[in-house]
Amino acid sequence: MDNLFQRSLEDLIKGFRLQLLGDSSFISRALEEIRREIKATDLSTKSTALHKLSYLAAIHGVDMSWAAFHALEVVSSSRFHHKRIGYQAITQSFHDQTSVLLLITNQLRKDLNSVNEYEVSLALECLSRIGTRDLARDLSPEVFTLLGSSKSFVRKKATGVVLRVFDKYPDAVKVCFKRLVENLETSDPQILSAVVGVFCELASKDPTSCLPLAPEFFKILVESRNNWVLIKLLKIFSKLASVEPRLGRKVAEPICEHMKRTVAKSLVFECVRTVVSSLSDHEAAVKLAVAKIREFLVEDDPNLKYLGLHALSIAAPKHLWAVLENKEAVVKALSDDDPNVKLEALHLLMAMVTEDNVSEISRILMNYALKSDPLFCNEIIISVLSVCSRNAYEIIVDFDWYVSLLGEMARIPHCQRGEEIEHQLIDIGMRVRDARPQLVRVSWALLIDPALLGNMFLHPILSAASWVSGEYVEFAKNPYELVEALVQPRTDLLPPYIRAIYIHSVFKVLVFCLGSYFSAQESSSGSSSTVYESILNLVNVIEIGVWPLSGAYDVEVQERAKNVLGFIGMAKQDIAKKVNLQDNEAEACRVTAFMEDAFSEELGPISANAREKVCVPDGLELEENLGDLEEICGKFLKPVESDSVSCTDKISFSVSKLRIRDQQEASSSTSLPPKESSSLLAEHRKRHGMYYLTSKKNDPDSNGTPNDYPPANDLASEILLDPLDPKRKAKHRKSRPVVVKLDEGGESRITTSQAKTKQESVTDDESLSRDIQSALLVNKKGKEREKCEGNSNLVVVQEEETSRIEKPQNSEKKKKKKKNGERTSRKHRSRRRSEVASSSEQVEIPDLLL
Amino acid sequence: MIKAVMMMNTQGKPRLAKFYDFLVRCLPVEKQQELIRGVFSVLSSRPENVSNFLEIDSLFGPDSRLVYKHYATLYFVLVFDGSENELAMLDLIQVLVETLDKCFSNVCELDIVFNYSKMHTVLDEIVFGGQVLETRSDEVMKAVEEISKSEAASNSISLVPKSVSGWRGGR
Repeated sequence: MDNLFQRSLEDLIKGFRLQLLGDSSFISRALEEIRREIKATDLSTKSTALHKLSYLAAIHGVDMSWAAFHALEVVSSSRFHHKRIGYQAITQSFHDQTSVLLLITNQLRKDLNSVNEYEVSLALECLSRIGTRDLARDLSPEVFTLLGSSKSFVRKKATGVVLRVFDKYPDAVKVCFKRLVENLETSDPQILSAVVGVFCELASKDPTSCLPLAPEFFKILVESRNNWVLIKLLKIFSKLASVEPRLGRKVAEPICEHMKRTVAKSLVFECVRTVVSSLSDHEAAVKLAVAKIREFLVEDDPNLKYLGLHALSIAAPKHLWAVLENKEAVVKALSDDDPNVKLEALHLLMAMVTEDNVSEISRILMNYALKSDPLFCNEIIISVLSVCSRNAYEIIVDFDWYVSLLGEMARIPHCQRGEEIEHQLIDIGMRVRDARPQLVRVSWALLIDPALLGNMFLHPILSAASWVSGEYVEFAKNPYELVEALVQPRTDLLPPYIRAIYIHSVFKVLVFCLGSYFSAQESSSGSSSTVYESILNLVNVIEIGVWPLSGAYDVEVQERAKNVLGFIGMAKQDIAKKVNLQDNEAEACRVTAFMEDAFSEELGPISANAREKVCVPDGLELEENLGDLEEICGKFLKPVESDSVSCTDKISFSVSKLRIRDQQEASSSTSLPPKESSSLLAEHRKRHGMYYLTSKKNDPDSNGTPNDYPPANDLASEILLDPLDPKRKAKHRKSRPVVVKLDEGGESRITTSQAKTKQESVTDDESLSRDIQSALLVNKKGKEREKCEGNSNLVVVQEEETSRIEKPQNSEKKKKKKKNGERTSRKHRSRRRSEVASSSEQVEIPDLLL
Repeated sequence: MIKAVMMMNTQGKPRLAKFYDFLVRCLPVEKQQELIRGVFSVLSSRPENVSNFLEIDSLFGPDSRLVYKHYATLYFVLVFDGSENELAMLDLIQVLVETLDKCFSNVCELDIVFNYSKMHTVLDEIVFGGQVLETRSDEVMKAVEEISKSEAASNSISLVPKSVSGWRGGR
């Protein structure tokens, strides 16, 4: 009876559209209703309730996992209507953690064996979407049967489900693969396209395993006229050609035929893509492909334009001439409406950049950047930056121009790439001596502009600018103005860590000026009053500017401010003295000289491999873990403990203490551990437990006490870190300044977003590919057995061996070799076995194709 | 493979969403809804007369692209990876819409709203487990009609009075 009054799905939808209560309350009311109805024993009521629930789950995001068991009940009904609803609910909501997943196996099996093809298709669809390992394993025999079914409707779908089954349960390959391969020879185009689709997926995961099927694929490639099939085949060949280059030669011919003949743009594009990505060594094919690309580029349809540019960018690395031919189209595309098109055009333009045209192209791009939206503007900036900085600025000849370009970039309104510009400013300062004057000039222009201080994206650039000005102050035209810029009141807008950099730069400038003042004093007998005035002015300006910061909240800022002020206090007296400083005894003079010395050491770039180049000094023994240290340095532990141990998470030993250790101690350390040191350590651990690493592993080296020391390399790096002197490589180029390059091999700092890493579960794929390979060999072996005359065990065994050593395909040569194998006596079998063991797993292309 | 098929209207309400990608299917329902909303926000900011392709690695993982088509008030979206051809996917949307047209004669959004299960039937014939199964709309139509006939046939049993089925044990 309740069925009559139950709301159907239609009623629910209508109600939802007309309701005034508000979505969530309507849904919760409906859910209550559904919960009541779904518990009914009558299957029709249950199924309608389930139907409503799946609708709500799909469209409104309601959770329906609680209804899993009810779905199972509905599916077990014999009525097709109920089955459909049940299966729909199941495919939608079941996932690997559903607890009732086990119960569905039998139901699926029943339905897979059903006579009604639509029930079969429902079950197949369900399996393809929720299949787990167990389900795949249990149902693979049924799938196998269905792959050979007479109804193409069913066979199609069985082919589709094979992919999921193989993915979850690789052993199924042994059972089903043969049928799959047989389906390749079918005449029904839809089944063929399904099979080829499956192979496409398998080939993307592991090309080598599908390589033996290349002849069959080739046959279909030449004969078929169905575009879908051809597209999938092209994708397969693209993957196969990357592992087996000889395939490319064979396949190039038919692909060119298709390209010339077909009308379908999708096929043309796929051919073009295959040619430029995998067959890029075949000149004729590439030329044809590029001609087709040009046709795409001049179309009005934005889709084709975008795809043409995309194909061109795939071709760009190896065939730059193609890009250069189409230069006008690319530049035109920069101003297109479509963001995709613009981006592709930008990347292509960047690929064309060389030494000669870099300034011209950058000029064009900067103009575009000013006119574009923020997203594209930043894309332009980042691509220019990355291309120019590649391989330690290989492309740049005129660094003065480049540095001023960097400054210009900072002034683009939408610029958000402050960090990269900052990095490059400092990097160029360190590597390129001759660019330093220009660098200081550009930095000064940036620092003096109060408007830039308000833009938080530019703060990194400003910090770089101030560092550069401080470090290379000797190139500055007017230190006084520089200092004014650095202490201007608007610098309050900067975050504390950048302010600290500013103050330190002020310090450097001060030291420089004082130093030159004092040395001028010494050299000339009298001091001119103007110089005296100016230095006094400078000092005063600094004092006034920095003094408020000495009470700043941030410790770093406060400390540096106080340093500067202290220095000034000491120096002021000596400036005011105006005495003859011939005797060099004045304190300030000496201190200034020392500071100048400290700042005069040049900071240079550090190679990434610097640490490895440091050879371990004698007497220093580095062990995996320092478990032995406690006994050895036990007597040293006490003083370490009693002093206020620095609250770092490592116990720091001095190098001298480590060097004291000698061989005898080493040998004796493996015997009894002195209990005294371990107890000390344990006590220390108790007190400062939170700073210790958790002891997880029980290392046999350690003497039972659960103490994990940080790995030796960390300590060694702490002790031994010194900036290395950079190796200077002189570049023999006319008028190009020296760029200091270290032999680290260019690592590009900017990782393009297109660097994708495919994370494959290696073990699964390996087992899958192994299974496929063995299945293919079984196939061939089966065929051989039919053609072989005598069937003795010896032959079978030797067949196996021959098939593994030689090419796995049937050919006349093979038969002869087999006969040879038969004639070879048994004593050679052991040799063969070892050969088999040592032979590689490489599967070669059969002679038919070559 | 095809990772997802989505239909949403121009206000962002999903009308149909089917996920084939194994990873996405294990996400809770809210995350799936978030994905739909994410796709909508990207689509709605696209101007007219531009290409119909987009890269959406951020939403669907690496190597994901989508193709969309705007028909009246609906967006049809197909998400796929590198083993599908872009123009072929565009064709597939065309096939889907044509089939729906034949099914409902001059299909509009309301048809899609009210015929939730039929929509799924149609879609299941075209895309199966992430693979393209059928590309001819008349074949799809035939299959869909057969299925509807068997459904209708099975439904007619409900005319049998309740008391009889109740007497037989209700199953």
